[in-house]
Amino acid sequence: MSELTELTINEAARLLRLHSISAAELVTAHVERIKQVDPMVKAFLRFTPDLYEKQADEADEKLKRGEGGPLTGIPLAVKDVLCVRGVETTAGSQILRGFKPPYTGTAVARLFDAGAVMLGVTNCDEFAMGSSTENSGYHPTHNPWDLDRVPGGSSGGSAAAVAAGEAMIAVGTDTGGSIRQPAAVCGVVGMKPTYGRVSRYGLIAFASSLDQVGPFARSVEDAALVLEAMAGHDPLDATSSDRPNDVRRDFEKGVKGMRLGMPREYFEVEGMEPGVNAAVREAIKALENAGAEIVDVTLPHTDYGLAAYYIIAPAECSSNLARYDGVRYGMSVQDVDNITEMYMRTRRQGFGTEVRRRIMLGTYALSTGYYDAYYLKAQKVRTLIKQDFDQAFSKCDAIVSATSPVVAFPLGSKTADPLSMYLCDVLTLGGNLAGLPGISVPCGTSQGLPVGLQVLAPQWREDVALRVARAYEMASGVKAEVASVA
Amino acid sequence: MPLTRNQVRHVAQLARIALEPGDEEFYAEQLSGILEHIDRLQEVPTDDIPPTAQVVEVTNPLREDVPRPCLTQEEALANAPAVVNGMFRVPSIQEEA
Repeated sequence: MSELTELTINEAARLLRLHSISAAELVTAHVERIKQVDPMVKAFLRFTPDLYEKQADEADEKLKRGEGGPLTGIPLAVKDVLCVRGVETTAGSQILRGFKPPYTGTAVARLFDAGAVMLGVTNCDEFAMGSSTENSGYHPTHNPWDLDRVPGGSSGGSAAAVAAGEAMIAVGTDTGGSIRQPAAVCGVVGMKPTYGRVSRYGLIAFASSLDQVGPFARSVEDAALVLEAMAGHDPLDATSSDRPNDVRRDFEKGVKGMRLGMPREYFEVEGMEPGVNAAVREAIKALENAGAEIVDVTLPHTDYGLAAYYIIAPAECSSNLARYDGVRYGMSVQDVDNITEMYMRTRRQGFGTEVRRRIMLGTYALSTGYYDAYYLKAQKVRTLIKQDFDQAFSKCDAIVSATSPVVAFPLGSKTADPLSMYLCDVLTLGGNLAGLPGISVPCGTSQGLPVGLQVLAPQWREDVALRVARAYEMASGVKAEVASVA
Repeated sequence: MPLTRNQVRHVAQLARIALEPGDEEFYAEQLSGILEHIDRLQEVPTDDIPPTAQVVEVTNPLREDVPRPCLTQEEALANAPAVVNGMFRVPSIQEEA
């Protein structure tokens, strides 16, 4: 393992600016690392050599002229749900095999403008539906800390690539926990911003009222830098906000005098692993020792979050995925008698089991006679869940808990029982239902595997979530390390 | 509330997903299991609670209706499975008269 694949953004930016290394050398070191470990980890679906060679050259030109910012020349991996012009983008699905987007989505375009160098496209659960990356229509990804275990999901490829030193930073998406949960179980930092902080233009939609784009990195500061570069209003996404991009405000101010809430319900969820509980409580103790006041808060509708989520997300997905009909792009079954047969056979063949299951569930929940009992009811419970958070935040500045109730689980151990897989997201999906920013930072181990501490903050207070996460990183000395990959 | 095989057929038709042998039993069983969990929502009193469709303050932002560059016909068709005369080609939609 080269030292160049263990750097943080600021360390790399300093070496690039001093001309001790070039962007091309930094990329080459990561490509070498990929060659060494990706046959085992399988974080990537495809590589983009034309792009990274060109972008590295452009970065070196800028650096020679003394130009560029912190992300100039930084190696980046992009989840397979974000459109990049001319680069095959498939949402982890066979139904989009061969699809080359005619444009680049805003979040990725902004990282390119900031000088990041795209190494390739990372694996994910099909259409971002899953918590283990086993629902990929291509192949599973392996956890770099234990190759027999999952990397979490749905952004498992992005998390694994950063954990294994195959990329310095990565982009993912989070609809119910799909950035934070894989970050936790791969031992890296992952952040879901406030709904509306980052443009969704060019993101292949799963559940439009929940989806957000966010960063993976090996330090809180790196995650903040990537988020800052992607954030801000975009005229091409009507739900993106024009609030000031102030996510790094007060970043280094520490937690002295801050009130951090521990929601009782989040420490009593079904299946919480004792080792995870212990590691997270120790992390919270470290924040208390650093000057935070720990307060008890309550989120009384926690038990209903999963049920509300598994109506709302499938309902939105059943509508969003109606566009995959074999007409305009992707797979198309052509030996048919009429167009309905083409739609039906294309969708049966092109979508995997979990995606079909969710489309069916969502279609059922929206169908005549069931709308009020399911969809409307779930939206009302969503209001109550949001109100729970509003009340909790009247007593504290941020909420701290585990990100995932369990560490990375063995491949294949939850695939037969969808509900057991869904329970992986029980501590993260509330943040999506309420539109909150949330970050997961590594906080030690259980069974020798990484555990994540989740920090949730009120809407638009990424600065608070980042400040608490940074304070924990400083107080504990726990750093995201690169897995050696045996 | 368990899902019957008839309901599975109806939902699959609405969702435009063909059913292959074994699919009806598979979905009936799995969706029933998930719905059993979801039915706990009915315990929550929500009579006076408004529904939440989206969570942030943005409402109906408007912009000037001005033309801007868009995809060319060639770009729009580049990913199409079947094209004829610059258009998407699809199988017959109506029976021949």
